[in-house]
Amino acid sequence: MHFDWPYFWAQLLTPSLAFLNGLGLTVVMAVSAQLLGFVFGLILALGRLSTNRVARGAAGAYIWVVRGTPLLVQIVFIYNGLAAAGILDFHDLHVLGVTFAGNLQAGILALAINEAAYMAEIYRAGISAVDRGQFEAAKALGMPPSMMMRHVVLPQAFRIILLPIGNQFNIMLKNTTLVSVIGVSEMLLVTETINSATFRTFELYSVVAIYFLLLTSLWNLFMAWVERHFALSRPNSATPQAALVLQE
Amino acid sequence: MSEFLVEATEVEKWFGPIKVLDRVDFNVRRGEVVVLIGPSGSGKTTLLRCINHLEHIQRGRIAVNGVLIGYRERQGRLVPDAERNIARQRRDVGMVFQRFNLFNNMNVLSNISLAPRLLRGTRPAEAEAEARALLDRVGLPDKAEAYPAELSGGQQQRIAIARALAMQPAVLLFDEPTSALDPEMVGEVLGVMRDLARSGMTMVVVTHEMGFARQVADRVVVMAEGRIIETGVPEAVFSAPEHPKTRALLSAVLH
Ligand SMILES: Nc1ncnc2c1ncn2[C@@H]1O[C@H](COP(=O)(O)OP(=O)(O)O)[C@@H](O)[C@H]1O
Ligand SMILES: [Mg+2]
Repeated sequence: MHFDWPYFWAQLLTPSLAFLNGLGLTVVMAVSAQLLGFVFGLILALGRLSTNRVARGAAGAYIWVVRGTPLLVQIVFIYNGLAAAGILDFHDLHVLGVTFAGNLQAGILALAINEAAYMAEIYRAGISAVDRGQFEAAKALGMPPSMMMRHVVLPQAFRIILLPIGNQFNIMLKNTTLVSVIGVSEMLLVTETINSATFRTFELYSVVAIYFLLLTSLWNLFMAWVERHFALSRPNSATPQAALVLQE
Repeated sequence: MSEFLVEATEVEKWFGPIKVLDRVDFNVRRGEVVVLIGPSGSGKTTLLRCINHLEHIQRGRIAVNGVLIGYRERQGRLVPDAERNIARQRRDVGMVFQRFNLFNNMNVLSNISLAPRLLRGTRPAEAEAEARALLDRVGLPDKAEAYPAELSGGQQQRIAIARALAMQPAVLLFDEPTSALDPEMVGEVLGVMRDLARSGMTMVVVTHEMGFARQVADRVVVMAEGRIIETGVPEAVFSAPEHPKTRALLSAVLH
């Protein structure tokens, strides 16, 4: 076995500009798709829990389809499939001197669409884990459902789902690699490109793996901090374990 | 205007195939304190929950302040009311639960002032002043910043009463407010309720505290198997119960 240590250290400690760009794209995609997934997911979860049959059915169908098909297929479908069918073409956008490539838009959208379905189930589990008495007390005071959700239920549900949310973003960071399939130069695609010129596969994939490990580890540290300072500092009878059991 | 603040007429409530309320007529006058007793499972909780429409009813009608709750009359037929209207009507009906149900995500002050701020548009400073006055009234002026989990059951229940009062309801419903408490805390909660009754508050109280009923109730209503089987002033019901089931219940509770 030959492992080119000097090459490995050089790639790890002084990565190329292309690789750093890839790292930036990975983070940008993960963060924006996660934020969009948060919002879509909440809307979906409220749809699922709504008394309106149409809203419930539509949200249920969305979650069923998205969770039942591979993310890789969804990414290709959204970028290449929709364009091939003449439904939607992703064009490059130029905003404030920054180019926002079409495939990057499609990639973020696909990740967000996928994430929303999983977030919806997490929200739903979190909302269901809030004590029924909390809903009833809010209703008995005369709060309409939206107000009850916003001020009483969701703040408690959020605390319950903190851990699963952290978990989702960890998965999201790694799932961004799938977007390489539509040519977004995130870390993995950059690595593949360098590899095709140098064939130092072992070294290069070790480096990209370490960078992902670094990202997820930083995130884990952050979540541990959040839990110490946000979830556990204030007394709350809501049990974080409940959400863990409900999550698949 | 009707002489009754709460007027329930021929109310029928089913849970699936089980009839839980059977042609219940239940009226409460302004300023009246009604104590509702009956064996477990007789429908006391359900009746309270129908009054503020936490439960639908299948037959009959319930009016609060002369206005139907949960339903609107349209061409002689009752149709379900919009959620917004039901929510609006609930503001006039306060409820105190067996398990307190204080909002776990906020401190005592916010628990009390949230609904007035959001629903009555009370300014934050004013809502806070009102909340502090209510805390004085229930004897917990120093707990404003505490979170529910830091309080004893008796303290939580007194704050739950303050929270309900903050909306200035026309009537307060109590569902076994002392049943979840350690015995040494029952007195402090009943004390607050006694003061409330003296102040002229209209109250419907489900309780097994017969001493409280004797002392405070204007009227005692006895339920069994979803029906009201007896009603009268406390002395009459406790000293000379007419219905055999009332006698059985009283001897079970008092001995
Ligand atoms: N949500 C529910 N679903 C089905 N049955 C219920 C429900 N709530 C109460 N019941 C039934 O209705 C009856 C009356 O209950 P409840 O009003 O709680 O009685 P009480 O408060 O007098 O003990 C009981 O037989 C109970 O099992
Ligand atoms: Mg009960």
